[in-house]
Amino acid sequence: MTGPKPVAGPQLAGQTSWASAIRLKDAGGQLADTVFYALVLFCALAILAVVGLVLYELVSKSQLSWHAFGFKFFLGQNWDPVNDQFGALPFIYGTVVSSLLALVLAVPLAIGVAVFTTEMSPRWLRGPLAFTTELLAAIPSVIYGLWAIFVLVPLLRQYVQPWLARYLGWTGLFEGPPYGIGMLAAGIILAIMIIPIISSITREVMTAVSQQQREGVLALGATRWEMIRMGVLRNARAGIMGGVILGLGRALGETMAVTMVIGNRPEIARSLFAPGYTMASVIANEFSEATGDLYLSALIEVGLALFLVTMVVNILAQLLVWSVTRGAPARTHA
Amino acid sequence: MPEDPINASSKAVPQINLRRRLVNAAVTFAAVGAVILVLTPLVAIFGYLVYRGVGSVNWAFLTQTPKPVGEAGGGMANAIAGSAFILLLASLIGVPFGIGAGIYLAEYGRNRFGDAIRFTADVLNGVPSIVIGIVAYGIVVLTQGHFSALAGGVALSLMMIPTISRTTEEMLLLVPNSLREASYGLGISRWRTTLSITLRTATSGVITGVMLAFARVAGETAPLLFTAFGNQYWNYRIDQPTAALPLQIFTYAISPFDEWHRQAWAGALVLIVLIVVSVSAVRIAASRGMLKGAN
Amino acid sequence: MTPEPGTEIGIQVDNLNAWFGKTQALQDISMNVAAKHATAIIGPSGCGKSTFVRCLNRMHETVRDARVTGRVRIGELEVYNGTPAVYVRRHVGMVFQKANPFPTMSIYDNVAAGLRLNGFSDRRKLDEIVENSLKMAVLWDEIKGDLRKKSGASLSGGQQQRLCIARALAVEPQVLLMDEPCSALDPISSGKIEDLIFQLKEHYTIVIVTHNMQQAARVAEYTGFFLLGRLIEFDKTEKIFTTPSEKRTEDYITGRFG
Repeated sequence: MTGPKPVAGPQLAGQTSWASAIRLKDAGGQLADTVFYALVLFCALAILAVVGLVLYELVSKSQLSWHAFGFKFFLGQNWDPVNDQFGALPFIYGTVVSSLLALVLAVPLAIGVAVFTTEMSPRWLRGPLAFTTELLAAIPSVIYGLWAIFVLVPLLRQYVQPWLARYLGWTGLFEGPPYGIGMLAAGIILAIMIIPIISSITREVMTAVSQQQREGVLALGATRWEMIRMGVLRNARAGIMGGVILGLGRALGETMAVTMVIGNRPEIARSLFAPGYTMASVIANEFSEATGDLYLSALIEVGLALFLVTMVVNILAQLLVWSVTRGAPARTHA
Repeated sequence: MPEDPINASSKAVPQINLRRRLVNAAVTFAAVGAVILVLTPLVAIFGYLVYRGVGSVNWAFLTQTPKPVGEAGGGMANAIAGSAFILLLASLIGVPFGIGAGIYLAEYGRNRFGDAIRFTADVLNGVPSIVIGIVAYGIVVLTQGHFSALAGGVALSLMMIPTISRTTEEMLLLVPNSLREASYGLGISRWRTTLSITLRTATSGVITGVMLAFARVAGETAPLLFTAFGNQYWNYRIDQPTAALPLQIFTYAISPFDEWHRQAWAGALVLIVLIVVSVSAVRIAASRGMLKGAN
Repeated sequence: MTPEPGTEIGIQVDNLNAWFGKTQALQDISMNVAAKHATAIIGPSGCGKSTFVRCLNRMHETVRDARVTGRVRIGELEVYNGTPAVYVRRHVGMVFQKANPFPTMSIYDNVAAGLRLNGFSDRRKLDEIVENSLKMAVLWDEIKGDLRKKSGASLSGGQQQRLCIARALAVEPQVLLMDEPCSALDPISSGKIEDLIFQLKEHYTIVIVTHNMQQAARVAEYTGFFLLGRLIEFDKTEKIFTTPSEKRTEDYITGRFG
């Protein structure tokens, strides 16, 4: 066996040829490390820069509108581009109402699915169920909108709305002609879209609750539902709240599907049958055709408001979810 | 006669047990109901897509550009190609920045500053896509003076970066530290270790993350509305408006023409197939990749 | 605490101190390790033996908030005091407690990694070096047919560890540091590695950390006993295990604690 030549004593001189070759390439190491560090740091800083840029663009380009209307911009109901009058209240109303409606519909269903998947379903069903829920999340917004226009809306117009008007019309929420399109349709399609995210976060925080909690409650003689209620849901409460708020954040910013079914009329009405308009929708519809600097600036101001609202909501949601899962980064993704 | 505790109590309990058992059953029923209610739209949407779209996805559809309004026929070939073009641009910007940021966060950013970056990435992730469109409009469209594929690519890349950064970071953190140590022990410099050992071990996971981000932005419409803007014809120039599949679907869907509605369904079917294929491919690669990358 | 006259000094340690943040892990260690002999480092858990060895190739400082003072020389090379850490590590090979072959690389690529990633690319020379290293690590015969086909992680535990030894030898170090290399292995694999150490001693200076006293007695000519971050006694293995000078050493050897 021919091993490498034995090294000569304590000195490091007189090495075998290939060994000395690699020794000589040292000088670059230090510099390369610094350059590499600088490169990846640059990429990380780019993220900070982008968010800064977002704020800068929105704030600077909405200045015109801000100076023209001040706070009244958010209180005015009159959106009249022809006469350069811009009041954004109808959009705020539309965004809030459609999102809240979506939450009311989505939360019980999403939590129900999560509870079933984590606590009740047979083991072999869990994977497929989780996968299909995530598949719902993968459907693009425009396809939801497409389906909503041609399937959901006729359904509402022909069956659901007349039924609602007849039996629940006394509430005042279901009045007016059953167009099909309008706040109700928007709320329903939004609900379908945010169920996956609320459900998956609820599932995640529920599985984070330790088995000992569950067993402790069961040992007291609880039924399965009671165990879920007291042992799991109670502990995961903050996280579920976080998931719900995250869903809210998603609903607030949702554009395409809502634009396609909400009717795009800047009016405030009590009935859910009425058409409406959301902040995202007005930008989507009118931005590329906005004539005049004030018009564009008003739309960008709407965008700024939307950005701020969703940012606050999302931060709140992240904090809540983090408090339960302790920010563990190793999460399995879709 | 002393009370028999066991039998005595079993007489009092059945009442409570029955109510509680009924509640338990009712909740189970409700949960199953919820699952059915949630899965129904999923089945309905996919089913309807196939039902309405499959007849219209033919060779002509995939290779022709739109015909003028009112005429039958034509296709979305330019939109499919345009989407590919815009997505390519988005990836060229988004992937390097995303992976770079992920490397920083995993290898150098285990501190407060890194936390600040992570937080900011989450904020960026939550920005509504229409607002991203406004920003891209401001930086690219206004500078160039017209709508363009580049603007669309930039908008989509801004949405890819936070997602890719997060998944890259997670995958790199999964690589055991012992491998880094083995590399340092051989006298390999830090940057070489990070690229050739750490990143190399995490490759399949990182690619998964990139594909997921890609699939997510592939279906986005809002950020393209006033950046790429859409185009009736073929376009290969980076500085001109370009058609995109989701944009075309939107335009056709809200139009009053039945012919265009038909094509919207076809386009939607093509889009969803492409997305489902990438998401599934990612799942398969992930399950096989995990076994390969780990011990 | 000095090797016999006539024996060359391979590693000279003077007043080495090491910290993890505020906790001091090593206090004032001074010793001369004989060249081309095996020196064992023994002591109870937490006594600083791993930390000591990791200070010799500057691996200690890869941990956050780690600090070292003192002087270490390998031959004429000053390990601290101005020499880049990467340079030091190229002259000192390390084998870790749990074998850590690179899982995405083949056996060949694993052994060649240290050379390739330091810029060496001569293909024929590489083949030669890989073969020699695997032969020295007594692994060549077992895997010579699967060199490029099998991944480094697909071997058995003992084979993986020998692969790591081959990988370390491929870069031609002066010194080989082994941090409890057999603790995760079965007795047969351990035995093979001990035989390997016997052969390697002729060419390399070896420092082996072990909690297995019989192993130290079998393999090493010199032994150092550490306790609570201090070097209690350092002498020929024979003497340490039969007539130790310090009572604490004797207590440890006879199993009174540890």
